[in-house]
Amino acid sequence: MKKLYLLDDAIISPLGFSTKENIKTIREGVSGLKIQQRPNITKNPFFAGIIDETLLNQAFSEIGSSEKFTKLEKLIILAVKLILDKNKNLDPTKTALIIATTKGNIDLLKEPGGFPINRLKLSELGKVVANFFGFAQTPIIVSNACISGGLGLAVARRLGNSEKIKNAIVVGADLVSDFVISGFNSFQALSTKACKPFSKDRDGISLGEAAVAIMVSTEKPEISNVISLIGDASANDANHISGPSRTGEGLYKSIQKALKEASISAEEIGFLSAHGTATVYNDEMESMAFQRSALQKSPLHSLKGFYGHTLGASALIESIITKHSMLNNEIFASKNFEELGVSKPLNVIQKNEKKEIRYALKTASGFGGCNLALVFKAEKQ
Amino acid sequence: MSNQFHIQNWVKIKNGKIFNSEKLIFDSTEKELNLFLKACYDFLDLKYPKFHKMDGLSKMGILASEIIFRKNKPTEDIALVISNNASSLEIDRQFQESTNTFASPSLFVYTLPNIVLGEISIKYKLQSENAFFISENFNVKLLKNYTESLLVSEKASEVLCGWLDLQNGEYDVFLCLVSKEKNIPFSEENLKKLYCAENDKPTH
Repeated sequence: MKKLYLLDDAIISPLGFSTKENIKTIREGVSGLKIQQRPNITKNPFFAGIIDETLLNQAFSEIGSSEKFTKLEKLIILAVKLILDKNKNLDPTKTALIIATTKGNIDLLKEPGGFPINRLKLSELGKVVANFFGFAQTPIIVSNACISGGLGLAVARRLGNSEKIKNAIVVGADLVSDFVISGFNSFQALSTKACKPFSKDRDGISLGEAAVAIMVSTEKPEISNVISLIGDASANDANHISGPSRTGEGLYKSIQKALKEASISAEEIGFLSAHGTATVYNDEMESMAFQRSALQKSPLHSLKGFYGHTLGASALIESIITKHSMLNNEIFASKNFEELGVSKPLNVIQKNEKKEIRYALKTASGFGGCNLALVFKAEKQ
Repeated sequence: MSNQFHIQNWVKIKNGKIFNSEKLIFDSTEKELNLFLKACYDFLDLKYPKFHKMDGLSKMGILASEIIFRKNKPTEDIALVISNNASSLEIDRQFQESTNTFASPSLFVYTLPNIVLGEISIKYKLQSENAFFISENFNVKLLKNYTESLLVSEKASEVLCGWLDLQNGEYDVFLCLVSKEKNIPFSEENLKKLYCAENDKPTH
């Protein structure tokens, strides 16, 4: 199967409005999570990573009029714009646009804010972004819970392999809306602290918002160092719609399939970017699946302590950070990790390190029992 | 490549009618969605109590896949590739409504379109590839291209693909089973024809 090359990318998040700023903030160990109050939803304060609207509108005013677009649309447009600016030769009429999101403009359900009601539809979100830049092909919208962003990369590779597309821009985006705060709060899944993936005293997730975009191609670029996607697989747990399998069955299966496709063994994985939401059951399930896959020694982190859980964007942000870790030979500490609190051993990264990585693995899991594994390769000269 | 894969079986549920590979197998005058879904459940003699806890989208997904899988037992690596227009908006509205009094966790879990893929996977014990796409209309090109990409790369040996839409109590379901075995050629033209066929027929 053909490789998918990961080219320019852009991350718009509370950590910064470019990938460079995001990586600098992660390197410095600074989190985007801040204490929030929503007394109409819950009396308990909680942590979330929310993008400041004043800063956003300020950045957006250079390219469009703020009042014509929703918050999520502005975030996505900013991310895609950064990529197109760096790639003036890219023809948007010949480039596929893949957008991964769980809830899109769901905030409009409660407060339409003058936008027409059809703006709630994910296909409309796709249209707004496509029209802004002149993408001619109908955008491909992936909405597959918390693996969406990573699945977007797999979709690009799969369609690229059968030569249905060549170049694509893959976007991942979701908001911290009252809708999702209410939902996760109704599950009692929100931590009162900044979330602590894989730690003993973890007690739930922190939510986050972001939009990320990455240009990908099945054609090898003429640059000396490049990261490619060489293995991808998803597998359902077939166990429960809102809880992970206790044995990590689907995650284990997807890891095995992705490694097999990449023709490498678990020992060759130099870095593992986990899902690590910091719920009791998710992190435990991941430790089971990683041990069953003989990955317990791979240096691993979760980025949720920096970003919170950005839902449909998360697996794509984490893939992009993995890409830069591989290019720059540096791996980042798992923010808020203290004492290991899962039943199987894991090699959680405790401080930033210089490390050359040849192969890396990104995993994600989500509601509906879905799991995803992506294997990346550093091709250096 | 266009003749490499074939449609083995298909099901269409719309306007109170269920068609299975062109045969009308069930016809109901029940207008209310939940009563219609219950009538389908009884007709199929499903005996799956979990069904009654599901949202409308998942119920329709279970009914449609049951009809297909009774004829063609699913293989272990059958991929599920489903798309729609409204995502999970029907249940999103109900959950949003519940937040005015007491936010309901049992509604919240269904506020993602791919939950139906999870429900189908649980019922038929499928630990396989899943993808849920959203498009404005039945997107023949995407469904065909993505389904083919899974079969060509051998990530799946067969694919249950189609359209599963629910909004304002109106439902539109079309699922088909695609694999290598010779049958109706899996082409954009045929896919479109089968999806549209029953839509165009007069309903009296």
